[in-house]
Amino acid sequence: MQAKDIAELLNEPACTHNKKEKSGCARPKPGATAGGCSFDGAQIALLPIADVAHIVHGPIACAGSSWDNRGTRSSGPTLYRIGMTTDLTEQDVIMGRGEKRLFHSIKQAVDSYAPKAVFVYNTCVPALTGDDISAVCKAAAEKCGVPVVPVDCAGFYGTKNLGNRIAGEAMFKYVVGTGEPLPVPDALQRPGITVHDVNLIGEYNIAGEFWNVAPLFDELGLRILCTLSGDARFHEVQTMHRAEASMVVCAKALLNIARKLQTDHKVPFFEGSFYGVTDTSNAFRDFAKLLNDPSLTERTEAMIAREEAKINAELDPWREKLRGKRVLLYTGGVKSWSIVSALQDLGMDVVATGTNKSTEEDKARIREIMGDKTKMITDGSPKALLGVVKEYQADILIAGGRNMYTALKARIPFLDINQEREFGYEGYSGMIELARQLALTIQSPVWPGVRKPAPWAKSSVPGVELGA
Amino acid sequence: MAEILKRNKALAVNPLKASQPLGASLAFLGINKAIPMLHGSQGCTAFGKVFFVRHFREPIPLQTTAMDQVSTVMNADENVVEGLRAVCEKSKPSLIGLPTTGLSETQGTDIKRLVKTFYAKHPEYAHIPVVPVNTPDFTGCLESGYALAVKATLEVMLPEKTGNVGKRKKQVNVLAGSFLTPGDVEHLKELIEAFGLRPLVLPDIGDSLDGHLTEMESSPLTVGGTPVSDISTMGESIATLVLGNSLFDAADVLKAQTGVPDYRFDCLMGLEAVDSFVSALAAISGKPVPEKIERQRAQLQDAMVDVHFMLGFARVAIAADADLLYGLSRLVTEMGCEVVAAVAPARAHILASVVAEQVAIGDLEDLENTAKRNGAQLVISNSHAVETSRRLGVPLLRAGFPQYDLLGGYQRLWVGYRGTRQSLFDLANLLVEHGHSEPEPFVSIYAQRTGESRATPASGQTH
Repeated sequence: MQAKDIAELLNEPACTHNKKEKSGCARPKPGATAGGCSFDGAQIALLPIADVAHIVHGPIACAGSSWDNRGTRSSGPTLYRIGMTTDLTEQDVIMGRGEKRLFHSIKQAVDSYAPKAVFVYNTCVPALTGDDISAVCKAAAEKCGVPVVPVDCAGFYGTKNLGNRIAGEAMFKYVVGTGEPLPVPDALQRPGITVHDVNLIGEYNIAGEFWNVAPLFDELGLRILCTLSGDARFHEVQTMHRAEASMVVCAKALLNIARKLQTDHKVPFFEGSFYGVTDTSNAFRDFAKLLNDPSLTERTEAMIAREEAKINAELDPWREKLRGKRVLLYTGGVKSWSIVSALQDLGMDVVATGTNKSTEEDKARIREIMGDKTKMITDGSPKALLGVVKEYQADILIAGGRNMYTALKARIPFLDINQEREFGYEGYSGMIELARQLALTIQSPVWPGVRKPAPWAKSSVPGVELGA
Repeated sequence: MAEILKRNKALAVNPLKASQPLGASLAFLGINKAIPMLHGSQGCTAFGKVFFVRHFREPIPLQTTAMDQVSTVMNADENVVEGLRAVCEKSKPSLIGLPTTGLSETQGTDIKRLVKTFYAKHPEYAHIPVVPVNTPDFTGCLESGYALAVKATLEVMLPEKTGNVGKRKKQVNVLAGSFLTPGDVEHLKELIEAFGLRPLVLPDIGDSLDGHLTEMESSPLTVGGTPVSDISTMGESIATLVLGNSLFDAADVLKAQTGVPDYRFDCLMGLEAVDSFVSALAAISGKPVPEKIERQRAQLQDAMVDVHFMLGFARVAIAADADLLYGLSRLVTEMGCEVVAAVAPARAHILASVVAEQVAIGDLEDLENTAKRNGAQLVISNSHAVETSRRLGVPLLRAGFPQYDLLGGYQRLWVGYRGTRQSLFDLANLLVEHGHSEPEPFVSIYAQRTGESRATPASGQTH
């Protein structure tokens, strides 16, 4: 990928604060950098497409450390969980055999696993030696008779966020618009309900959490043409251009695909989230608004009233346990505001939040929801985080798995909010699980035990020392 | 002699291999107040960090030289110098490990020269040792990267002139291979101490990655591990124990430089292997084997008798790095099992000695296919093999890296009489629990049992 293409991707007109210096322009600092690379970001964005063979083109480090470690779930095919890599050898690198190995690899994947499509992720080494993966993919597609999509996402191109955009760009360039949805069967038509086709973008179905929400789409007559990319199928991605509206879920990362659907295919979009009662309701309202269907609006409001009444009754006992508890939220920024809303629904107090990777718009949104008193944290080092926990007397740290042991080593309650987590929190019913997990760690009886010095430790022994 | 089968396909499916830079990082994580910094793109480090965090359930110090597009195309020398400076300034480590990656090796970095450049430019950090090591991920695997890092550490840290062999009369060097868990290292230290000896373990992940809460709430460096000051005294020890064939090259360096006599072991699992280890300790110390250890040996023998019914003729499939694969193959074949599928991620000398007809260089797909063809009853491999064993319909014993779905897997004891005994129990239990094939119930055409519902035999019942 050329420098100008990267610059192009970093330019996101749909971001209101696009004019400020782009996050990708600030060069990472040697010896003081955390966070994933573009390959990481691209793989996260696309790996959940379940019936695709995902081939990582490179030596072992890229796939070897990362395959099958995401919490994303599929309701059908499990092909996406099969780790595939060209596992380039020294000979491949020196003799320039990478392209040939890639070609045969694609063929092998098609022969043994009959995928609906093959995605090829480029990584640092072949990008440096100059493998022409687009040409190989094209040749392999002709030979094998299935679509083969190049995703040029070498790690040194930049950050994880850039990788998300590269992924979106690849889908838009090679996949979206290459297939048509089937009509809704007559048997599924219900009187008084017009079925609308919609997309969800940036929803990954972690721990199956979207299945908390999916039945409500069915109820309202909203047919999800494609979720990019949780529990998605290749064919569904092909048909995204036929939707009547898109929702960008939580993150900004795949905003580029929503924007291009709007400009090229007149599919309007909005940004929303399924975390929290308020945001879940708002997401459905926004769909109704964009689709401009009075009957849908009416049914949506009825559904919201019913669900909110039900969940609020169920949440009340949890709210009593959690009310007023102080939270330090450090998500690396992406989902900050959506989680904040969910925590506020539970009566919790978010005293500080990470904005390291948030866009300006995310930050504005956080300020809007939480007011100015909340501290925005940019230094995510363990020491800094623990400092904030102490200073703001937080009861819990909510962050990604990589920070889990920062909290636990300091004997601080913790909730994992990222890709690898094992529990789903989306939708109305997801709030119960979220509340349960929060209360489980905050109220755990282990904390006093692990904070207590041994009875024989001198510092803790009350009274007078004997034998003086 | 096992026949070694070369990789015979273009695509690796369900990789078994973890990379050399990861292995090198692991070795440096066994040194006290140290930090590894990978010379590559930030993703190399981020993935490595997640890999180890999920396995050990510990915070893992790991930094990156953060090569971006400009430094990748133009020159990344400054990244190394600047990265070392930043780490020295910020964290004041006792040692920095500097493994290369596929990216920096393809670019063609001269990592040793860069360390010299760093010292020339920043003499104020001359007291902080930096250990550069070439570990491209397009060769080898975790085990070989680990071995290269141990060797590089010795090359950098051993003083030039020694000649004081035996000055420290009780000190015994232990070069600990990557097949050992923190629990293994801990147990081996106890065994050695039982003979009145003082073990100096390099690297000592038993002290740094054993998972313990400390007063210190956070640290940007390793907490525990081999003290850097100890490494330079290795020449004064009375003997060196080399644990794992992969470390024999590193052991050559130590022996050539110091003249300390060494005892080399390919394996520490199974009665025979542990016997030779314990005999060596007795010889080095000149003391009889303590009663406590005699007892552990007798307990193992008792267990061997108990479990041989379950393990005899059991058909086992193993996929692991070479040393571990070799050790496990000996462990199970000594009990009468047959290794019907053996896969290693990369070549190594010891593979020819694995107790199996063939050893394939390959991935978990190769293991699955061979295991299926040969009717394996049990799989031993890492957590990635969960799906493999599920598809095969056989139980899995988790061993090696990574183990992200088993609490405590990182510290499990495998070696010594005690570790061996527990492994035998676990293997036997898995096989018993999974049941074995019995005849289908047969109902005679003459039987007059009308109205009787057909009961399905429960698996896992005792026999």
